[in-house]
Amino acid sequence: MATHPGGLTTVAPAVRIAELTRSYDDRTILDSLDLEIRAGEFVALLGQSGSGKSTLLRALAGLDGEVAGTGLIDVPGAVSVVFQDSRLLPWLRVHDNVILGLTGPGAAEQGRESLAEVGLAGRERAWPNQLSGGEQQRVALARSLVREPELLLADEPFGALDALTRIRMHALLRSLCDRHRPAVLLVTHDVDEAIVLADRVLVLDGGRIAAEQLIDVDTPRNSADPRFAEIRAHLLGALGVTGEPREPREPRERSRD
Amino acid sequence: MVATVGTRTDSTSSAPARSSLRTRRRLGPGRPIRFGPTIGPLLLLTVWTAGSATGLLDERVLSAPWTVVTTTGELIESGRLQANLLTSVQRVALGLGFGVVLGTALALVSGLSRWGEAVIDGPVQIKRAIPALALMPLLILWLGIGEVMKVSTITLGVFVPIYIHTHNGLRGIDSRYVELAETVRLSRRAFIRRVVLPGALPGFLLGMRFAVTTGWLFLVVVEQINSTSGIGYMMELARTYGQTDIIIVGLVLYGLLGLLSDGAVRLIERRALSWRRTLAD
Repeated sequence: MATHPGGLTTVAPAVRIAELTRSYDDRTILDSLDLEIRAGEFVALLGQSGSGKSTLLRALAGLDGEVAGTGLIDVPGAVSVVFQDSRLLPWLRVHDNVILGLTGPGAAEQGRESLAEVGLAGRERAWPNQLSGGEQQRVALARSLVREPELLLADEPFGALDALTRIRMHALLRSLCDRHRPAVLLVTHDVDEAIVLADRVLVLDGGRIAAEQLIDVDTPRNSADPRFAEIRAHLLGALGVTGEPREPREPRERSRD
Repeated sequence: MVATVGTRTDSTSSAPARSSLRTRRRLGPGRPIRFGPTIGPLLLLTVWTAGSATGLLDERVLSAPWTVVTTTGELIESGRLQANLLTSVQRVALGLGFGVVLGTALALVSGLSRWGEAVIDGPVQIKRAIPALALMPLLILWLGIGEVMKVSTITLGVFVPIYIHTHNGLRGIDSRYVELAETVRLSRRAFIRRVVLPGALPGFLLGMRFAVTTGWLFLVVVEQINSTSGIGYMMELARTYGQTDIIIVGLVLYGLLGLLSDGAVRLIERRALSWRRTLAD
C-alpha cells in the first residue's frame, strides 16, 4: 500500500532529490533523503514539528544557503513559494504585490487575471492591511500562480487561518492546481488537509520519508468516506498518534522547523 | 461605590456591575479641549501684553508686542527682512539638500553591504560622538568664513540623523521580505526600489524631522559667527544696538520656519506612509 507504483515514474519527474542531507549544528535534520515528484502531482508532506518538513521545503526553494548539507536537488526553473504568512509587502498595493518582480508588457494584465482567479477582482488598489487573513493568503496564491510555476512549494499556507476560511481555501487551491497543473509540495501538520488536497502523502520522520500513501479517495473527498478514515488512521499511526498510549520515543532534540 | 453595593438587598452578579458603571471615576485626562493647543501661547501673549502695557516689563529687557509688530513692518518696508530671510532659507535648504543626499547614500551603502558598514558606520558614529559645533574651528580654518563653511557645517550636522535613522530603518526591514524577494527573483535594482527604499522610508522620514530641526539650529550658530547677512546676523547686529524688538522678530521668524518645515515633513510623512495609516486612522 505504501509503495510507489512503478508505472508512474516513467514520466520524467519535475523534482528529483537524492541523498539530501541537512544539518544544523551537528544535528542531522534531513538524513540522505530521496524524493521524486512528477509534473502536475500534488504531494503533501506530513511530519511532527521538528521532523524537517520546513527544512526540506526551504532546501527545494533554495532558501537555505547558510545551512550545511549535501545531496542532489533537481527542481524546475519556475518555482513559487507560498509561506504560512502571506508575506505581502505592506507598502505595495495588492496588484503590485502580485506582479512583484514580473517584467514585460503583459505583467499588469496577468496580475489582474490572477487576482480575479482567486476571487479578488476589484481589490487591486487595496493595501494588504485592509484585507482579511484569508484574502491576504489568496493574494499570496495569486502572486505565486501568476508566475506559472512548474513547482509550487507551500509551507503550511493555511496554518494561520480559521477553520471555515481554511475549507474554502482548500477548494480554491485544488481548483487552481487543477487548472495550472504545477507539481506541488504542500507542507502541513493537518492530516485531513493532506488527504483532501494531495495525490500522495508522505510522512517525514527522523530526516527520512517514513511512510508514503497514495490517496485513492473519490472526489469530492469527504472525511465521512470509510476509505478516508482508513487512510487517516494509517497516517496518524505513521505520525505516532494513536488512540492507545505508545512506547515513549527516544528523546530526540527538536530541530528548527 | 462600595456603599451603593452594600445597600442593595439582592446580591446578584449584575447589581454591583450596574452600580459601579454609574459611579466609575475617570482616571484618564478626559476629553480633548477645543483649540487646546492655542491656549498656552495665547496666555503667554496676554501676560506679555499686560506686562508691557502696565510698564512692568522694561522696554530694554523685552519690547512690547506692538513695538515688535511695527518693527516687523519697518523691516519689511526697508527690505531688510526679506533679504536676510532669503539668505537664511537658502543656507538651510542647501545644507539640508546636501546632507539628505549624503546621509541617504551612506546609509544605503552601509546598510546593503557588510563592507560598506565596516568602512562607513564607524566614522559616522565617531562623528556623532563629537559635538558637531566642536568641528567649527577646523571648518573655519579649512573653508574660511564664507558661504561654503556655513553650508558645510549645516550639511555635516544634517547628514548624521538622516544616516542614523535611514540605516536603522534599513536594518529593521523584516528578513522575511528579503526572503520573499529572493523567491520571486527580484533583481538587485528592483529589490532596492521595491523593498529597501519603501522599507527604510519610515526611518528616513523620522531622520528628516530631526534633520530639519538640526538644520535651523546650525544655521543660528553659523550666522552669529562672522556673518554679514541672514536672520542671525540681523539679530546679532540688534544685540549690539540693544534693539530687543528686532531680536524678537528674529526669534519669531526662526520659530515660524521651524514649525513650517516640521509641518512640511509631517505632511510628506502622512502622504508617503498612507499604507500604514489605513487602519490606524
